Amino acid sequence: MAEAKFKPGERVRVVKAYPAGHVRTPFYIRGCSGEVERICGAFANPEELAQMRDGLPPQPLYRVRFRQRDVWPDYAGPVADVVEVEIYQHWLEAA
Amino acid sequence: MSGRGPHDMGGLPAGKVERTEHDYAAWERRIDAMAVLLWGQKGAKKVFTVDEHRNAIESLPPADYDRLSYYEKWIHALTRCMVHRGVVSDEELSRKMAEVQKRG
Repeated sequence: MAEAKFKPGERVRVVKAYPAGHVRTPFYIRGCSGEVERICGAFANPEELAQMRDGLPPQPLYRVRFRQRDVWPDYAGPVADVVEVEIYQHWLEAA
Repeated sequence: MSGRGPHDMGGLPAGKVERTEHDYAAWERRIDAMAVLLWGQKGAKKVFTVDEHRNAIESLPPADYDRLSYYEKWIHALTRCMVHRGVVSDEELSRKMAEVQKRG
């Protein structure tokens, strides 16, 4: 398993990349910064599995919490509103 | 922008969500069962991964993605993945489809 680089509570930013092929990182969250809520475990990389490779070593998967206002510039709801997205480690960098 | 498939629509306008439940046709249940077997139950042989299945659906041209129903997309995916994995060939598939069509 690839070593987990981030701990719960740490700030991370989602890589702003637009690769072709199967990707589990939603388009709308790329480039956004949030906080690691938990480590969900480690799983074979789905981008590799989609190309008939084994996806190993397993990649840590994080649940990352973003403030809605940081994701949607025109968000009109309460400041405390959040959205949580599960994101693989190779899509995250320290923020 | 490239890299955004027709499925990856979070934040885009898409109209109201249809919340009513509906029953599944027999062919839809059959496709679902086939998919589960092909992805491999725990401990059983996997023919292809759910990720390959997703990739096939996400690679549909946007017009087809919008036009096809949920399980029609699955038929497309199961077919493409089985061809990629060498389980069936396009030629065999075409022959069988012609046969079935002739049956009427």
